[in-house]
Amino acid sequence: MTAIVDTIRGGSDAPQGLKARSELTARELMREVGSVLRMSEADVAKLGEIPVDPSEDQTMIINMGPQHPSTHGVLRLMLELQGETVLRCKPIIGYLHTGMEKTGETLTYMQGGTNVTRIDYVSPLNNELVFSLAVEKLLGIEDDIPERAVWMRMLLSELNRMSSHLLFLATNGMDLGAVSMMIYGWREREEVLRFFQKVTGLRMNHNFIRPGGVAADLPAGWRDDILRLLDLIAPRLDEYDTLMTGQPIWRERLQGVGVVTAQEAIALGATGPILRGAGVPWDLRRDQPYLRYSELDFDVIVGSYGDAFDRYAIRLNEVRESMKLVGQILDRMPGGIYRIQDK
Amino acid sequence: MTDTSEEHQPEVAAPAEPPTMYGARRADVYGQIVLHVTREQYVPVIKQLLDDGHEMCIDLTAVDYLAFPTRTLPDGIVAERFEIIVNLLSMGARRRVRLRVQVPGDDPVVPTLFDLYPGTEAFEREVYDMFGITFTDHPDLTRILMPEDWEGYPLRKDYEVGEIPVQFTSPNPGHADRMEPRP
Amino acid sequence: MSKPNGPGEKSFVQGLLDDGMGGLQHNAITARIEDLVNWARARSSWPANFGLACCAIEMMATGGAHYDLARFGMEVFRASPRQADIMIVAGRVSQKMAPVLRQVYDQMMEPKWVISMGVCASSGGMFNNYAIVQGVDQVVPVDVYAPGCPPTPETLIHAIETLHGLIENGQLLKRRAQTGAGADVHVEAVPAGDAPVQVLLGTR
Repeated sequence: MTAIVDTIRGGSDAPQGLKARSELTARELMREVGSVLRMSEADVAKLGEIPVDPSEDQTMIINMGPQHPSTHGVLRLMLELQGETVLRCKPIIGYLHTGMEKTGETLTYMQGGTNVTRIDYVSPLNNELVFSLAVEKLLGIEDDIPERAVWMRMLLSELNRMSSHLLFLATNGMDLGAVSMMIYGWREREEVLRFFQKVTGLRMNHNFIRPGGVAADLPAGWRDDILRLLDLIAPRLDEYDTLMTGQPIWRERLQGVGVVTAQEAIALGATGPILRGAGVPWDLRRDQPYLRYSELDFDVIVGSYGDAFDRYAIRLNEVRESMKLVGQILDRMPGGIYRIQDK
Repeated sequence: MTDTSEEHQPEVAAPAEPPTMYGARRADVYGQIVLHVTREQYVPVIKQLLDDGHEMCIDLTAVDYLAFPTRTLPDGIVAERFEIIVNLLSMGARRRVRLRVQVPGDDPVVPTLFDLYPGTEAFEREVYDMFGITFTDHPDLTRILMPEDWEGYPLRKDYEVGEIPVQFTSPNPGHADRMEPRP
Repeated sequence: MSKPNGPGEKSFVQGLLDDGMGGLQHNAITARIEDLVNWARARSSWPANFGLACCAIEMMATGGAHYDLARFGMEVFRASPRQADIMIVAGRVSQKMAPVLRQVYDQMMEPKWVISMGVCASSGGMFNNYAIVQGVDQVVPVDVYAPGCPPTPETLIHAIETLHGLIENGQLLKRRAQTGAGADVHVEAVPAGDAPVQVLLGTR
């Protein structure tokens, strides 16, 4: 054991760190500032005005993470600070690199779901859905999936979107000092997870949506559970508005912080709430619809400033949209088989 | 997944002129546009695609076809060990374009796309980390996922999975082979 | 607890009811100091948050309103390892994370305990490959393993309760003192009157 610990301690990722300004050449510094702005080096050079270098004794390089309360364990940031202003930032990732691609090489298509469900563990069902759709397309059976399976997939993905966004709201509040928000967010998430447990047998990492359909039918009484869930969560989202949306401290901490413009978001290939927060109305469910989303009625929530507050508000309102979708799916859920019978 | 999608596609009756797009060989697979470009065409074709409204680079990754040199490719495309795969999206046209670049195993070098799509900076670092393919003019080509002093490129097919033999024995003899550590 | 000595004496409860705190004066609680210390340690152990993957989400859910870890004196997740007693390794530990994990463990104050939450932390789980440390017990000494992928909050609470039992009977620390396991902190006995107590960190 001692030898192993020594070997591990000897491991160094120093070159991934952030160097002091005095050790950097002008070109390297320009590149790092460029990588903060996420612009190409050529664009930075075109700007012509590289920020005036603060002298080194006024700034401080600190390492934030990978073990840090607001990084939840797996992100490391090297920061150069002047007072409370972040001048440079270098994110270092890979602390949760799991080698899933390598493990996946040796799995069959039916085993693959077990692997992919753990990629994004707050939305396991959506991962399984993507994997299943890809496998079905490769096998040429995408048109043979029973209707009930398709609608069950939509029901579960929308519920999973709700639980994922609720987790975001909870941890977002916790990281910004509104710790009571964590209790609220988790309270509602538990309700959704309880339904998942009833349907799939598990709270997380379900491996329920599989190539060819879903693993099992919906349990008896699922309709009442969903109706209860919808009745329960709607007023609680209004509580969030009282607790956070209108609250001055909350707004001060989020508004105008971390602004991403539409141009930047597109250049960086950002998707989801980050892209929509920047004001780009792009939602795959509407713009390149899959499953039966084209038959449902919902709004795409778009922000206007691209700041942290927009991204928060988008997620809060997307929970509402998902609830709207769940209600429509509930009315239209067809009967029949839930997976392809061709074994 | 080593079997390519092209394998299962029925061959289209060969037209007199092979279909091209921006001077690159075009193949349509499962309703997606796939362009086979050479390393020389790589950046110019992507530049044209960017100018034509493919404003977002969704993904850049690589495949190691070490054990599968006989995969089906359009005529005139010579199979090499690695392939770089780029997925572009045009939000205006709601269209996706996939590019496949053959990269030889003994000279795994490709120009960077950083100047066209800044978001590819991390993708290219990942491909370098996992496959050992270098991107010329990349601003910071270091390992991104593995520790800096890691040896080897984990996603290459000749890299061991790194399994530790499991001590279980299977109660079911028919499945015994699954429990054996792989050679 | 003392019992009524004779027919004329009041019981403990009756004494309290009649005379308030004054009724306590003839009663005493006796225990070994070690038991008292262990009792106190078990009931106020604070976890360091070392959330890594799926298990971290379940760990946070355990701290939420429904499962309410506060019932066990464990709700104060400490971000600083200096203030924590128990490290809950929640999730898969990658080769890149292992040195960080060890460093955080070294920074925790003695006495300290480790719960390995979930199969990935315990044995590598389904990820038997180059990237994941096959069992966090190769890096830090583990006291309790919680099975599951991820373990439900109930499993985690059971693991915590098991650990509390182990802390309370003191066997863990005795064994650790004998074998030299733990974080290698050696406090040498120094005769009274001598200047500072020597603490050696991390030597072996």
